[in-house]
Amino acid sequence: MDLPDAEGLCEELARKLRAGVTESTGLVGIRTGGAWLAERLHRELKVSTPMGTLDISFYRDDFDAAGLHRQVKPSQIPFDVNGRHIVVIDDVLYTGRTVRAAMNELFDYGRPGKIELAALVDRGERQLPIAAQYVGAALSVPAGKLLRLARDERGKFFLRLSDAKPAA
Amino acid sequence: MRNPQLNGDGSLQHLLTIEGLPREVLVHILDTAASFVGVTEREVKKVPLLRGKSVFNLFFEASTRTRTTFEIAAKRLSADVINLNITVSSSTKGETLLDTVDNLSAMYADMFVVRHSSSGAAHLIANHVAPHVHVINAGDGRHAHPTQGLLDIYTIRHYKKDFTGLSVAIVGDVLHSRVARSLIHALTTLGAPDVRVIGPRTLLPTGVEQLGVSVHHDMREGLAGCDVVVMLRLQNERMKGPLLPSAQEFFKSYGLTPQKLALAKPDAIVMHPGPMNRGVEIDSSVADGPHSVILPQVTFGIAVRMAVMSILAGN
Repeated sequence: MDLPDAEGLCEELARKLRAGVTESTGLVGIRTGGAWLAERLHRELKVSTPMGTLDISFYRDDFDAAGLHRQVKPSQIPFDVNGRHIVVIDDVLYTGRTVRAAMNELFDYGRPGKIELAALVDRGERQLPIAAQYVGAALSVPAGKLLRLARDERGKFFLRLSDAKPAA
Repeated sequence: MRNPQLNGDGSLQHLLTIEGLPREVLVHILDTAASFVGVTEREVKKVPLLRGKSVFNLFFEASTRTRTTFEIAAKRLSADVINLNITVSSSTKGETLLDTVDNLSAMYADMFVVRHSSSGAAHLIANHVAPHVHVINAGDGRHAHPTQGLLDIYTIRHYKKDFTGLSVAIVGDVLHSRVARSLIHALTTLGAPDVRVIGPRTLLPTGVEQLGVSVHHDMREGLAGCDVVVMLRLQNERMKGPLLPSAQEFFKSYGLTPQKLALAKPDAIVMHPGPMNRGVEIDSSVADGPHSVILPQVTFGIAVRMAVMSILAGN
């Protein structure tokens, strides 16, 4: 299938976010695609609060079935989350389970004032009552396919579609 | 022979010894532990990974640090922890080890953390339990203490960044030390090129050089230019017969003093698994001095044990 240009979607997402974020907004990217995206958006939107990254491996709801992720990296939230406006950023919004895990982890750092969600692509098929306030594009992707953000050696974004691994 | 710690797919089912574990498994544990260090610095120092799981701390031998840090680790993973004080339990009434384990398994144990004075006790339990149950060896006799070995290499990696070119000296009662055995296996697996053991002939196991270490009886010679000094506790309780003239005599030859430490590299770190015998294997001014990382070792032990428990529970 034809995939949209990720760089274009990223510009679109930045344009939409510009109206919603302020100097003190905390941008938090979910590793790995969401963290790359957050890095780019943080730079383009000139947010002064340092950006955060979350590795949600310790909060996944499929731990019993899938075990611990092979490459866990530390989460880093370099600002006080209490009372803050936070935008969680991910590359692809799908079932909503990753976002659920990310919100649970954020609350272990404190009590945010407001959490919003930005995604480069919304592929629908939610399994939880979660919606994104900022979306680059909506895209229908066949079940069983894995859609992810990738980067080439010069840091240019592109979308990659692959076969999802069968559940362990 | 199949490694009894590993599943068919090579993932870790139990942690019984570091010997024979592939390098990737050790690195995975260390990397995961690094992520857990961050968790312990947050407002809520817990993650929900082991919610609903029951961890049984089965200590047939005295322990403060290890039992407490296992308990904290399990609680930070949201597991339910049951500590068994074996000295007042059924084993003193004659119940066998495996009967004790069977009874606890009937109480829906998901994980056993076992310390026992007999080498091989954790292996015995691991071979006996149901497939979904995991066993962690928290020290068996003179054999192994894998989580201590892991927290030791975590500490070394934290301060020295990597193992290539590193000289590590392990000093004292190697004969009775499961800590030394586990650390030697971990260091050689990770490629540390120069591991030295230092001690009197009576306290070094025969053939220890077959583990890939060099042997020194003169502490000054052994410490020269090393990056890491690991002091071992003199294990009086395990000594049968006279292996030493006296503790004072031992301190003179093998106690770590500022003068002897000066022979190591200027940025050398000093480690000790605890409990320390001040004035026997280590001088107080070294134990409390700027080179000492003995208390950070304890703190890192929590994250390392969280990593081991969560990796096992997920396999």
